[in-house]
Amino acid sequence: MKVLGTLVVLLFGGLLIYGTLDFPSWGDPAAPASTHVSPRYIERTLEETSVPNIVTAVLADYRGYDTMFETIVIFTAGIACLFLLRVIKREEAEARMYRHIPTGITLRVKQRARLPESMEEFERIDLMWVPYDLIVKTGCRLIIPFSQLFALYVIAHGHHSPGGGFQGGVILGASIALYAISTNLRSGLAWFGEKAAVLLCGLGVFIYASTGALCMLLGAGYLDYGALSTLFGVDPVTARSHGILIVEIGVGISVMAVMVLLYYNIVSAGRQDEGL
Amino acid sequence: MIWQIELLVLAIVLICAVAAITVKDLLGAAILFGAYSFMLCLLWAIMGAVDVAFTEASVGAGVSTVLFVAAVFRTSRRTKD
Repeated sequence: MKVLGTLVVLLFGGLLIYGTLDFPSWGDPAAPASTHVSPRYIERTLEETSVPNIVTAVLADYRGYDTMFETIVIFTAGIACLFLLRVIKREEAEARMYRHIPTGITLRVKQRARLPESMEEFERIDLMWVPYDLIVKTGCRLIIPFSQLFALYVIAHGHHSPGGGFQGGVILGASIALYAISTNLRSGLAWFGEKAAVLLCGLGVFIYASTGALCMLLGAGYLDYGALSTLFGVDPVTARSHGILIVEIGVGISVMAVMVLLYYNIVSAGRQDEGL
Repeated sequence: MIWQIELLVLAIVLICAVAAITVKDLLGAAILFGAYSFMLCLLWAIMGAVDVAFTEASVGAGVSTVLFVAAVFRTSRRTKD
């Protein structure tokens, strides 16, 4: 079986590499993409959309319909992960672990055993992950605000520099996952709950799709942001730039929520009570 | 761009890719895959595809490594084959 697998991989890999021989070589000025497609975008993007980063303009404006369905793919991935992994029926673990904060002693409380009267001095910890690490916690507390600020910058500055909704959303989601890693899953859930994540991952797609629908209502084609000029009170070219920003924010919200959902469900095997 | 550096980065990409599928320790494989993504990100940046490089760095080297580690945390650390 293993030999057969290797043979199949080698055969199809060889076929794919053989197929690339017909491609124009890298950076070939005579290639169709360089003669027809690229010059059009390079010459006209700035005057048509007032966005200096051509990649962003192509992604969110010229190929906006494409990007909308990419966002929907991510949304579907998040929802599918939720349906596959999430365990709704809550079965109690056989025991719980608590740490007495002033002394650092850990307690193991069996199922249905009586908990201490006052919980102020105790904090619940995971069965599988007991060490308490001050350095990791403090380090992450320092990193998280800056990474979130950077994520917002990446989303908002996608017009002028590399980046945009996808990257910024991923960084935002990673910062929330980092918080959950540095403390525990319950603190992460208390900060950014599952309900909020599900709602936001739908909201992002809704913002994108409804921006397109709004353009239709204003009398232009779907996702033709030039129509938003009357709404913003600017000329159609600047309105395109604003429209791109709105859909990028939608993409960012959706991607962030999906990344958080994936992390929560994978790390806790769908139970969302204990995890990294 | 200096071609020696390009060649070195490409070599590390290949080494990391082969190592990630041959290593028995799955946590090690996840880390190697992260290294592979990061080196590929450098390669994209060398070729001038900065947006792709950024996506590779954030998605490939960042979040997918975290998700792999989370999956290893919940399953087993060693492969069966």
